[in-house]
Amino acid sequence: MTQRVLIVEDEPNIVLSLEFLLGEEGYEVRVAESGEDALEQVPRWRPQLVLLDIMLPGLDGFEICRRLRTTETPPKVILLTARGDGAEKVKGLDLGAAAYITKPFSARALLADVRRILAESEDDG
Amino acid sequence: MLSGWTLSLLALAYIGVLFTVAWLGDRPESRRLVSSPWVYALSMAVYCTAWTFYGSVGRATTTGIGFLPIYLGPTLAAALSWVLLRKIVRISKRERITSIADFVAARYGKSRGLGALVTLVAVVGTVPYLALQLKAVATTYLLLAGDGNASDGALLRTSLVAAAVLAIFAILFGTRHIDLTEQHSGLVLAVAFESVVKLVAFLAVGLWVVFSLYDGPSELFQRAFERPELARLATFQPSWSSWIWMMLLAWSAILFLPRQFQVAVVENFDEDHLPRAAWVFPLYLLAINLFVLPIAFAGHLCFDTVAGPAVDADTFVLRLPLAEGETALALLVFIGGLSAATAMVIVECVALSTMVANDLVLPFVLRPALGGADSDLGGHLVLIRRLAIIGILGLGQLYMMAVGAHTSLVSIGLVSFAAIAQLAPAILGGLYWKGATRRGAVAGLIGGFAVWAYTLPMPTLVESGYLPASWLLEGPFGLAWLCPRALFGLTELDPISHAMLFSLLVNVGAFLGVSSIGGPSAMESRQARRFVDVFRHGAGTEPPLWRTDTSVEAIRSLLGRFLGADRTQDLLDDYFRDRGLEADDAQVAGAELVAHAERLLAGTTGAASAHIALRSVAEEHPLEPDEVVHLLDETSRVLATSRQLEEKSRQLESATGELRDANTRLRELDRLKDDFLATMTHELRTPLTSIRAFTEILHDHPRLSDTKRREFLAIVLKENERLTRLISQVLDLTKIESETLGEPSAEDPAALIGDAAASFTGLFDEHGIDLELRLAEGLPRVEVNRDLVLQVLINLLSNALKFTPAGGWIAIEATAHNGGRRRWVEIAVADNGPGVPPTERETIFDKFRQVSDPAKRPSHGIGLGLAICRGIIDKHGGSVWVEDSEQGGARFAFTVPAAGDLPQQPGAQR
Repeated sequence: MTQRVLIVEDEPNIVLSLEFLLGEEGYEVRVAESGEDALEQVPRWRPQLVLLDIMLPGLDGFEICRRLRTTETPPKVILLTARGDGAEKVKGLDLGAAAYITKPFSARALLADVRRILAESEDDG
Repeated sequence: MLSGWTLSLLALAYIGVLFTVAWLGDRPESRRLVSSPWVYALSMAVYCTAWTFYGSVGRATTTGIGFLPIYLGPTLAAALSWVLLRKIVRISKRERITSIADFVAARYGKSRGLGALVTLVAVVGTVPYLALQLKAVATTYLLLAGDGNASDGALLRTSLVAAAVLAIFAILFGTRHIDLTEQHSGLVLAVAFESVVKLVAFLAVGLWVVFSLYDGPSELFQRAFERPELARLATFQPSWSSWIWMMLLAWSAILFLPRQFQVAVVENFDEDHLPRAAWVFPLYLLAINLFVLPIAFAGHLCFDTVAGPAVDADTFVLRLPLAEGETALALLVFIGGLSAATAMVIVECVALSTMVANDLVLPFVLRPALGGADSDLGGHLVLIRRLAIIGILGLGQLYMMAVGAHTSLVSIGLVSFAAIAQLAPAILGGLYWKGATRRGAVAGLIGGFAVWAYTLPMPTLVESGYLPASWLLEGPFGLAWLCPRALFGLTELDPISHAMLFSLLVNVGAFLGVSSIGGPSAMESRQARRFVDVFRHGAGTEPPLWRTDTSVEAIRSLLGRFLGADRTQDLLDDYFRDRGLEADDAQVAGAELVAHAERLLAGTTGAASAHIALRSVAEEHPLEPDEVVHLLDETSRVLATSRQLEEKSRQLESATGELRDANTRLRELDRLKDDFLATMTHELRTPLTSIRAFTEILHDHPRLSDTKRREFLAIVLKENERLTRLISQVLDLTKIESETLGEPSAEDPAALIGDAAASFTGLFDEHGIDLELRLAEGLPRVEVNRDLVLQVLINLLSNALKFTPAGGWIAIEATAHNGGRRRWVEIAVADNGPGVPPTERETIFDKFRQVSDPAKRPSHGIGLGLAICRGIIDKHGGSVWVEDSEQGGARFAFTVPAAGDLPQQPGAQR
């Protein structure tokens, strides 16, 4: 069964690259340009994974992460950040994110993380 | 009628009762009763003498309700009186004041001259009043004994007996203690008792007249009003001035009459008793005046004063029950009158004897003895007081013989009050004005008293035939303006008001005038502070500015001579214990002990004598000049140091403030730097992320279509450009922030705008955007760094280009205006894009600050463009801001200074 990945990111070129990479891997991919958009899509579309940028206009990534956990079928979350300081990483993982990836990232490493996490979620049921 | 001896026996029996009351009051067991606020309040009613008891009715028969102001004054001014009294009591307790003369003397530098003057005024003012009491006792006694028209001789003999009995009483109960500030409990209790007796007696006769003699007040008044001359009495037709003067007179009497000062201040047991007296006393006055008018009417009706033989209206109170055969009531009235008279005589004698002994005899006659070796001055002092009592009563008796027997005594009370009122300016001034001086007080007193003597008692002498009658009518030596009852031709006032007006005018004028010439001496200033600031904590407690070589032994022996060895031992023990010192007779007594001893002694001898006595043993070496200099040096050094400390502390405070501010600024800068770095990192990493991602894709997917490959490569290139641009912007910003402007040149703004616009022409055409130039006529040249301002314009134009929809418009505007001392040129770039929300208009110029509403957000961050603009314009001293353009778009405007000295260039715009 095709796995669904939601990309939450406001930088169009990064969205484009992620769409391409995940699509090539055979995932079903959708994009949300803001936190509000993401929170609307998740309960309806029920992605298994959300790739979540932290620096977003409006709600920031941490807040979205917190709210996603309260949805009916909480997706796994990979946080993406262009800031990369240790405290933020801890904060993100504490909020239940499965991984914390600093931009610029290695596409191969990212895809490996995605695969690993989605496999775990399949094991969970 | 009663036989003379029955009556004498009765009177003596009553006096016996008084003795018993006084004796009981002096016993320690009665302390609680005597220290009650009720006793204190009632003792104040010593104000109501025989003159009240008999004389009010007398006055009412002729002046109607004209008797009232004497009691209204104290009632109306009650609140004020208690405020004053509280201060006087507080001072008197602290300074151990023994009499009103002592009070005035102490206030004005412990002046013995002033003490003596006040004593003289008090004695002269009071002796006639004493005579009045004696006469009242004698007259009523003779009346009761059936000798209504007794000879002068009988009158004088009777009053002599009364005087003698009263002297004994006053001596027994008024001179028991050596220390005068100790309350005469027995005396006070007896006076309070007498206040009750006289009130009961007067109310009894009043009630009897109204309800027994007549059938209630309505009948009495109805009968009275049938007679026009009586109806007139009940109507209010006073001269206002006379009422006001009368009330003022009574008010000053209530505070300053020696006997009032004695009961209200010297005998005050507890300052907290004052509030009780504040309402009980006025109430008492009201009660005792309730039946005055009814009795006066009844007297008129009963004795038919119009047609019948002249009956002394002063005796109506007694004659009414006598005429109706109510002997018992008549006796009660007699006892009431006796109470009123004896209470007054006794208290007045005690008060005056203290003053005479302490302020006349001791400091003048016995001055050498004050510092002598006499071992029992205290005993002598008591003897002097006792002799003084006899002397004062003797004077009263003499006065009666000389004047009183011939002349009506009705107005004597007021004349007496008027003399005492002369004390008011010096006392009131002394309580509230530190600038009042001894000379001022003396001048006021002498001046006021002289006018009083000239306008009030002197005419009595004329009437008694001692002086030519023409003095009253034409003025002395024919000088009409000196007429004692019409000074300067003022005839509109009654004699009392007239005398009050002129005497107080002279008194206050001299007091203020002389006080203002030459300030108070050091001693007067010191005392002024102790008096005026008595309620201020620690007022007047500064150490005396002198030193002594006297031993404690000498002080002990001096005090011992007045107070006795035992009491002195106790007092000194207290002194040393309070200060945690070891009593050592050999050591030198400090100035503080000398001052303390003086205060102790003042309670016995008065302030002036105590001062003289202490000086005789403890020579005040006024500090030697070099000691004074040393002391002053010390003081000024301390002052200077404290000033320096204050200055330092102020500097420290301001330095702390500056540091705090600097710290805040640093924190803010630090936060800004962190923000800048975080944003910077983000801005750099974002394009790097795209570049890396697409490079990897291109690398890992060799079979991508050519279209895709080209698309991705284009992105990589574009992101690369974005990085490059960002880096050069950061460099620009750093350069602008760190470097100076360089030499500005005078540029034509129209040409600048034209150059900037020219570089965008192609882009605008491409987007179908209309560019408008709206340049005002005759713009002055601007003083700017041309390249930098051009960059601002280009930044603003490219910003506008980003936000303006295709087919929109962009306008460049320029106007000149005056702002401050310079002329400015305002240049603006307006568009019809989405505009900037008001909340963002400040922050938009911050580094990397981006409009947070994603709907109005361009695909590329605004980045540093606007921050650079602000940096440049700041350097020019101008300002930059954003507002709405006319179609809801954004209008970015900035000002740059006009080149002031260059001529305007008409028509320079394109």
